[in-house]
Amino acid sequence: MKYVDEFRDPALARKVLKKLHEVVADIPRAKERPLQIMEVCGGHTHSIFRYGLEGLLPKGIEMVHGPGCPVCVLPMGRVDDCIAIAEQPDVIFTTFGDAMRVPGSKKSLQQASAEGCDVRMVYSPMDALAIARENPHKRVVFFGLGFETTMPSTALTVMQAKREGLNNFYLFCNHITIIPTMKAILDEPGMSIDGFLGPGHVSMVIGKQPYNFIASHYNRPLVVAGFEPLDILQSLLMVVEQLRDGRAEVENQYARIVPEQGNLNAMAAVNEVFEVREHFEWRGLGSIAESGVKIRQAFEQFDAERAFSVATLQVEDPKSCQCGEVLKGALKPWDCTAFGEDCTPETPVGALMVSTEGACSAYYSYGKIDVHQAG
Amino acid sequence: MSKHTLKAATITMAHGAGGKAMRDLIDDVFVGTFYNEHLNGLEDQARFDLAALQQQGTKLAFTTDSYVVDPIEFPGGNIGTLAVNGTVNDLAVSGAMPKYLSCGMILEEGMPVEQLRRIVTSMKQTADEAGVMIVTGDTKVVPKGKGDKCFINTTGIGVIPDGVNISAKRCQTGDKIIVNGFIGDHGAAILNARGDLALDVELKTDCQPLHGLVQAMLAVCPDIHAVRDASRGGVATVLCEFAESSQVSIRLDDEAVPIREEVRGVCEILGLEALYFANEGKLVAAVPAESADSVLSAMRAHPAGKDAAIIGEVAEGKAGRVVVKTFFGGERIMDMLVGEQLPRIC
Repeated sequence: MKYVDEFRDPALARKVLKKLHEVVADIPRAKERPLQIMEVCGGHTHSIFRYGLEGLLPKGIEMVHGPGCPVCVLPMGRVDDCIAIAEQPDVIFTTFGDAMRVPGSKKSLQQASAEGCDVRMVYSPMDALAIARENPHKRVVFFGLGFETTMPSTALTVMQAKREGLNNFYLFCNHITIIPTMKAILDEPGMSIDGFLGPGHVSMVIGKQPYNFIASHYNRPLVVAGFEPLDILQSLLMVVEQLRDGRAEVENQYARIVPEQGNLNAMAAVNEVFEVREHFEWRGLGSIAESGVKIRQAFEQFDAERAFSVATLQVEDPKSCQCGEVLKGALKPWDCTAFGEDCTPETPVGALMVSTEGACSAYYSYGKIDVHQAG
Repeated sequence: MSKHTLKAATITMAHGAGGKAMRDLIDDVFVGTFYNEHLNGLEDQARFDLAALQQQGTKLAFTTDSYVVDPIEFPGGNIGTLAVNGTVNDLAVSGAMPKYLSCGMILEEGMPVEQLRRIVTSMKQTADEAGVMIVTGDTKVVPKGKGDKCFINTTGIGVIPDGVNISAKRCQTGDKIIVNGFIGDHGAAILNARGDLALDVELKTDCQPLHGLVQAMLAVCPDIHAVRDASRGGVATVLCEFAESSQVSIRLDDEAVPIREEVRGVCEILGLEALYFANEGKLVAAVPAESADSVLSAMRAHPAGKDAAIIGEVAEGKAGRVVVKTFFGGERIMDMLVGEQLPRIC
């Protein structure tokens, strides 16, 4: 595949890896304890496992798999809300595929569908709009979730619905923002992360400026990274070079996609439709201030929360679940008592076992060879 | 073709009621198309001469499968071609020569008769190409909304020649793992045919019978250890089954797996893995190392195996595990799917 295979060139990868080993060898403190580098985005987690990158890295680097998997951090209470909406008469509930299996406190959307709810998988919010046009006597709800990456397309869909005067389309808005969450992680007592791979797709929308505080205030390097294996290795190299030189800067490895200023049109659409929520509940991390968005008053007729008077109950994660600790890098997935016992991809207890982008699920399914052999 | 005695344009409940309408349907569409000496008697069962079967081998292979694909017609085939080749292939991978199939159909009220004719005609053509006869059958009609146009069950009987002992339990350290061509075509074609992706790619099902290929493989290496049809769950699932049943470790070389550009593209866009995509004309075999090259040559000389490739081997390691060597030199574990593959959003 043109434009993809170039970023998977094994010969180039070997060169970058050699450099990476050399730079890490030049950092004395990496010998005492591995440098902890968090990849914020679930897409990176997936690539790291898909291509077996972790086993190729120097011992002096430890990857910490961050909170950037929107499906993983979705609280159970919100899935319950989805099902409560889907169970109402004349509702067609539309969702991205990977939200189908996320467990609520009683069931998932997949189970609700099996029990007779009209739950449909779509590939774009515009597909949901088409379903609304075709079914004027049904109420069509789109489950909007994801970070800034998916927010613009949802915003444009709502704007389109308004232009068309559709009165049977609703958005159940669960969009979240990454910056407050990174700040929450950095403010954790005992936080030991040395540097970050910044989320490439989110940055394509917001640009690199919003990360500046991580370098200036927290003195940690961040490199906005692409998703191909070479992108990830190159970005890691850029992070460790900063650590070796004692620098803390925001750099952009993914410049072929991510403009410095982000996508201003996309941001304008997001700002027109959405406003920041005071708090949003994250599975495994708890409530984080200003970490989610809701629909502005001007578009309230499309707001499923108003139309369906959603309960938004908080449902506690099971006590045995230590997802929060894993997300912060304090625990490795296999250190959690539930990992692989009560908590497996078939019966996920915690958020990180839910999606293939979740760290626990990735370890469980793709496996890190030595971990599995030890266990 | 003779004039159709069945006049109805759509299937109604009457076509399953046991009366004249049903008789017309069976005579015209099924018997008229499948036409052979076993079926034409319209007894409640087909009858075979045991002695004739016995001359062809020492074991009987017997298998059943049901087909519920959506959509029922897609580029390169339809549910009928699947229903014949799927069961033929379940027999073929035991080393059997497929002989006879049954055909149970559950039709949904309202299905166009023309569409049913197309499917039944495909079944006949596919059966002829595979050298099997459809010798007995059954038809039921369910009310609209209680089925999805057409479900088919086929059961098959084949004969395994003397000396052949193919089993998922027989993989041994050193065996080479071989596939007979590009993987994932069928899964990707069906995904695309559902129409909600609107991808502008040409993808066709790989639906084809495999017994000829298996016989060609056995001709150069009678002691092939394991063969399985990589249908639902794909090549990944077959390898997991081999590793588990034989209690061995399998190493797969990511780079060696033949995957078409178009299929890779679909996977990239949706975040899916072709190794888990269904195939309808692909097998995975574990072959003793010393015979691997001759088996591979024999496969490549056969139309159903011209793109065959060695994709891995049975290696030392933890029993029951499949390890993928990525083209990056990294390693990961490949496990069975938990549920269905769902597209990723970010």
